[in-house]
Amino acid sequence: MARYILTRLLSLLISLTVASAVIFALIEIIPGDPAAFMLGINAQDDTIAALRAELGLDTSPLERYFGWVSGMVTGDFGTSYTYRTPISEMIAERLWISLPLALIALALSTLIAFPVGILAASKRGSLTDTIVMGFTQLGVAIPNFWFAMLMVLVFAINLRWFSAGGFPGWDEGLFTGLKALTLPAISLALPQASILARVMRSALVDTLDEDFMRTARAKGLNRRQAIQRHALRNAMIPVLTIIGLQFSFLLAGAIIIENVFFLPGLGRLVFQAISQRDLIVVESVVMLLVFAVIVVNFAVDIAYVLVDPRLRRQG
Amino acid sequence: MKFKALTSAAALVVLAGTAQADTGLIVGLQLEPPHLDPTSAAAGAIDQVLYSNVFEGLTRFGPDGSVNPGLAASWDISEDGLRYTFNLREGVAFHDGTAMDAEDVVFSLDRARAEDSTNAQKALFAEIEGVEAVDPTTVRVTLSTANGSFLFNMAWGDAVIVASESIENIKTNPVGTGAFKFSNWVQGDQIELVRNEDYWGTPANLETATFKFISDPTAAFAAMMAEDVDVFYSYPAPENLPQFEADARFEVLVGSSEGETILAINNLMEPFTDVRVRKAVAHAIDRQAIIDGAMFGLGTPIGTHFAPHNPDYVDLTSNSQYDPELAKSLLTEAGYPDGFTTTLKLPPPSYARRGGEIIASQLRAVGIQTEISNLEWAQWLEQVFRGKDFGLTIVSHTEPFDIGIYARPEYYFQYDNADFQSLIKDLTAETDPAKRSELIAMAQTIISNDYVNGYLFQLAVPTVVKAGIQGIWSDAPTQAIDLTAVSWSN
Repeated sequence: MARYILTRLLSLLISLTVASAVIFALIEIIPGDPAAFMLGINAQDDTIAALRAELGLDTSPLERYFGWVSGMVTGDFGTSYTYRTPISEMIAERLWISLPLALIALALSTLIAFPVGILAASKRGSLTDTIVMGFTQLGVAIPNFWFAMLMVLVFAINLRWFSAGGFPGWDEGLFTGLKALTLPAISLALPQASILARVMRSALVDTLDEDFMRTARAKGLNRRQAIQRHALRNAMIPVLTIIGLQFSFLLAGAIIIENVFFLPGLGRLVFQAISQRDLIVVESVVMLLVFAVIVVNFAVDIAYVLVDPRLRRQG
Repeated sequence: MKFKALTSAAALVVLAGTAQADTGLIVGLQLEPPHLDPTSAAAGAIDQVLYSNVFEGLTRFGPDGSVNPGLAASWDISEDGLRYTFNLREGVAFHDGTAMDAEDVVFSLDRARAEDSTNAQKALFAEIEGVEAVDPTTVRVTLSTANGSFLFNMAWGDAVIVASESIENIKTNPVGTGAFKFSNWVQGDQIELVRNEDYWGTPANLETATFKFISDPTAAFAAMMAEDVDVFYSYPAPENLPQFEADARFEVLVGSSEGETILAINNLMEPFTDVRVRKAVAHAIDRQAIIDGAMFGLGTPIGTHFAPHNPDYVDLTSNSQYDPELAKSLLTEAGYPDGFTTTLKLPPPSYARRGGEIIASQLRAVGIQTEISNLEWAQWLEQVFRGKDFGLTIVSHTEPFDIGIYARPEYYFQYDNADFQSLIKDLTAETDPAKRSELIAMAQTIISNDYVNGYLFQLAVPTVVKAGIQGIWSDAPTQAIDLTAVSWSN
């Protein structure tokens, strides 16, 4: 068990180091000078040079890379070229929206997917199964931004229950904050729930045919008890994998939904930073996301061990 | 129960909305300012939020583009036009309570023209030789050469008066002298201004002004329709305007801007070095088709690099009327009977992307093939503007009164005409209004006759406004959203 965790930790560290080098190199290659971008078309050359010096862009890339990495280790991500505020503060502010949004969406998607998946699997081949799976097919096929616009049209423009977007801030109260995240969370959750429900169903269906299920029924458990106690736990490995992937996706990939609802989340921060060539922000946020993905995968690896005791002995 | 809670909360929100409506205004904008210092970046969004509202200059632009007294109540100009003596208003204070006096003007102008200045429009201050505080309310500016547009230059957002006491944090906490004070910035979302109760001039009607940043055109439509915002300035989806016009809740203002939208030509690249080729390009273009197709009819055709609403504008559109046959014969005359291939590099705005497709097909009709590439702004600046690696590009020049760029041979379209350069020199030195008008007309005619660029149209600024709001500028003589005189009618 300890060795299993240790090797996972080591691979986590290696992945982070490699990722930081790749991210920095890739972003340095993008054409476009942040200083020239900020000063626009009437700027004089000496002005641009002055701004480059002010931003520390006149040093060598290697120097900047080590400065960036060593800062990050101590939690200092540097200062944004355009906003001129510490990047760690900017990221923290955005995370206060992106993280709750991702968590709510994930919770919603799981809450929908589990019962739906179990229902479809236990009634495999029936009309219910066909109908439910038909709906999930639709859920996977509908682009979430289109669904989001549809919800804005109905709930914000026609019914006026919600605002069309924006985020008033958590200072305005928990309810106001949650209300602002409701439509975005639903638009994010629906396709994810559909995917998860389908995975849940097929994983369950696979385990239902296993010998141990027959044994469980033979011992006198009814179908429902057998599914709850034995099948569900065995079907969890693929489901957990998907949930892990979905969380990372929801954290970083909400960018389109953030645009539709003009939410100041992480995705929009990266998007804006790329077009403004605020390279240091791009690098830091991408690095943070890589970190999140790697840590979530690590957590999922640990979770495997918890649901599957066989893995404990292997490592 | 849940539903009830939801509706009552919604009712509360609606109530709060109407309670605020009389005294506050929410303005939708597509772009967010990168930071809040108008004196060290080109981003128009900075001026849109802060110019006139938070920061003021010695002079200021009126809604019609006229130059009016700002922090300087009056001025005297010496006979030779080299010495400007500004008489500052008395009793003006910055938002942090410190007094605004001659020393602040000296500080601001010296900072803008300093060697390590990061002012995006440093050229505005090029003629300044010295700035001195005569007494607390008198400033004398000495110029090296006379400059007829000096007072105009001082009205730009890049020339606003800032204080040495608050300069360090200006990018996140701007302290000016205007009718509104900066209150709060939720980055990525909104900036809030509040009324300055100690304003030296007529106080603002609005208690608060909130700028909300909504970049996606569809989201902008939804926010306006759901009445989340009261005004959407420079509304990004012209195709939706008829819907707003038809809705009694809204009003659509279509104003003129300083944006000359041009098909810029690389004058140093073959075959555009030949004026006949440039003339052929100009005649191959059907301006109205571009305005209708790319801008949904918004925009005024132009025949030179000058704003049509300016009294000195000369209509030269007939110089380059749509005439594909003439274009073809000009190409044949220039030695390109079968046309040629060039590049057409397009920055992100829709006038360029949509307009580019239409222009490409119009040019194809006379035999000119274009390879279109879509660039981001940062790429456009690097490749086209600084690298001059382009044949054709489409861009709107939004700086007011910028015909002087044609006197800079190193400027990206690389037009080098000694006569024009000396004409602009004369114009800069000329202070007599009648003579200036004459020189401005000559300048417009020269570049039109030389077919330096393809002149397309003056960009229009559509603003969607909730009914009952008064005092919104419909025209955009500078990139500002001056809210000092805005009020609700009921």
